Amino acid sequence: MSVLLGRDTRVLIQGLGREGSFHAARMKDYGTAVVGATKPGKGGTTQDGIPLFDTVAQAVAATGANASLIFVPAPGAADAMLEAIDAGVELVVTITEGIPVQDMLKVAAVLETSATTLIGPNCPGAITPGECKIGIMPAENFRPGGIGFVSRSGTLTYEIADLLSQAGLGQSTCIGIGGDPVIGLPTPDAVRLLNEDPATEAIVIVGEIGGSAEEHAAEYLRAQGKKPAVAFIAGRSAPPGKRMGHAGAIVSGNQGTAQSKVKAFEEAGIPVASAPSQIPRLVREALARR
Amino acid sequence: MKLHEYQAKQVLSRAGIPIPDGRLATSPEEAESAAKAIGAAVAVKAQVQVGGRGKAGGIKVAKTPAEAREAAMAILGMDLKGLRVDKVYVERAANVAAELYLGITLDRDRRRPVVMLSTVGGMDIEEVAASTPERIARGWPSPLLGLLPFAARALAFEARVPEPQRDAVVDIAQRLFAVYRSTDAMLVEINPLFVQKDGSVLAGDAKLDIDDNALFRQKELAALKEVSKDEEAEEKARALGFSYVQLDGDVGIIGNGAGLVMGTLDAVRNAGGRAANFLDVGGGAKEAVVKAALEIVLANQRVKSVLINIFGGITRGDEVAKGILAVTAQHPPRVPLVIRLSGTEAAAGRKLLEGAPLVSKETMDDAAREAVRLAAEGRVKAPATRVKR
Repeated sequence: MSVLLGRDTRVLIQGLGREGSFHAARMKDYGTAVVGATKPGKGGTTQDGIPLFDTVAQAVAATGANASLIFVPAPGAADAMLEAIDAGVELVVTITEGIPVQDMLKVAAVLETSATTLIGPNCPGAITPGECKIGIMPAENFRPGGIGFVSRSGTLTYEIADLLSQAGLGQSTCIGIGGDPVIGLPTPDAVRLLNEDPATEAIVIVGEIGGSAEEHAAEYLRAQGKKPAVAFIAGRSAPPGKRMGHAGAIVSGNQGTAQSKVKAFEEAGIPVASAPSQIPRLVREALARR
Repeated sequence: MKLHEYQAKQVLSRAGIPIPDGRLATSPEEAESAAKAIGAAVAVKAQVQVGGRGKAGGIKVAKTPAEAREAAMAILGMDLKGLRVDKVYVERAANVAAELYLGITLDRDRRRPVVMLSTVGGMDIEEVAASTPERIARGWPSPLLGLLPFAARALAFEARVPEPQRDAVVDIAQRLFAVYRSTDAMLVEINPLFVQKDGSVLAGDAKLDIDDNALFRQKELAALKEVSKDEEAEEKARALGFSYVQLDGDVGIIGNGAGLVMGTLDAVRNAGGRAANFLDVGGGAKEAVVKAALEIVLANQRVKSVLINIFGGITRGDEVAKGILAVTAQHPPRVPLVIRLSGTEAAAGRKLLEGAPLVSKETMDDAAREAVRLAAEGRVKAPATRVKR
């Protein structure tokens, strides 16, 4: 299997509202084992054929769930993540956007002392094509293969996955890590997972302006990279000091500029595409050079 | 959401941090009576949310109420970095012996708050941070425990805060951290933190920037929100769930997903053009959404062409196309539209758009080139409508 999720993943849904139900059904269609959902006060009943539980701990005990997908609205999302971490869920994916930064700081502090991996928040989720999908991405854009793909974007991820798939470059695992300033699995950590994954032959990194995660990922790959990588940075034309939708994509001073990220990758010998359309060609060239 | 100095100082004062006696004034007369009530020399300070107010002439010291009136007359109505001053804060002038710096913000790499303390505060703190970063002591408290007394003391020792002020600074640092947490701040900063000649310590200025995502639980602070003229379109977009940022080019951009829209901006630049805006409509792109987005983008008179780049994920491309057709049939846009649909049912969507008064392209790069070309044509055709900045 690739990383984080595969055939053995058993998924719990936290927040089975309109959006949660819609995507849970699509995940089941894809073959993902959706084994339960939490709805406090509705434990013991079912919804759309999914067994409901009052607490995450009860759901884990009853179903053996090892992953959770969170749609709980922003005010309660941190509590939902902390509940999943407390119940020992191995992989937590949070789709919810608009979570206060200080809530995420608390979650990040608890994560430090737990064995849980958190993807998100404000992300599309993750997919191991052909095996398991935990998230909201349109599955038809993804194909099984050897490209490990980590991205801070949502729709741009689908776009690039589609370009890769059409070029015959299937994916091992795609991880949409989310665009917020504080996230569970920052770019360098996601890259490390793919670098260590035997099923991944090459890595595609889609970054955005803001923060210095891409710079750190480039440093890591320069020192320890085992396989070819290609990068793309969205927001090269963004003016400094402007917030571009994702709370994370804000540039102040020289920190987190596209130039700084491009330079870091180029210094690590990683080609940087100037448009998504160039990515498949760069990946092929990088694989051929290996 | 940024607060004005006088608002931030009220928050600090309520948390037990000493501030100078001060009053808000919106007219020279009010400034004069404020100075009279304070009964000492005052500083008259423009209340606008820009840095470097002092250097730009937005702060004046007045020894008498009459001088305060004159200072207010000079400052009120002034244009400070594009913002009109319509209130001043009249504050008892401090008897300054030294200026410290104290600030708390987010350290993204460490995923922790960072507390910064320095004995070289004042107007040139950025310069200090760049040239002598060792003069700024930093600490990263746990968001679960807060700034503990030992950690605050360690900061004061590292920053070499003089002994007579140490306890006061340690106390203020802990109180400021409590403000950071209780207000959901992205940034809270006291610069300068005055040491007065009598040895007392008080906040000379205050900056407080609240996390927009936390305004739902910061109702009292959220009520202070003011929308400047420049931000009206951005506010309108936000109310619709969009994210809009005005830029200075002439190719209007509409897309779904922040990363995709940023990628579209980059594609326009790669094609030699300049984007007029960033507009992310979020998930989906039904008829009403496309209509509202077009209205916002076209309200900017500089726009000479519009590039709509929609990735049909869960929303199908044919539904998006129907939405665009319905809107353009009812409200023919004043500039050419270039549409690029991809993802689910994109081919069906493009087929629907055939024959419509717009250009449909298959790839992002082609669409960007076409939009840039059409914008250039528009500039030639209609130079009279060009708006100067």
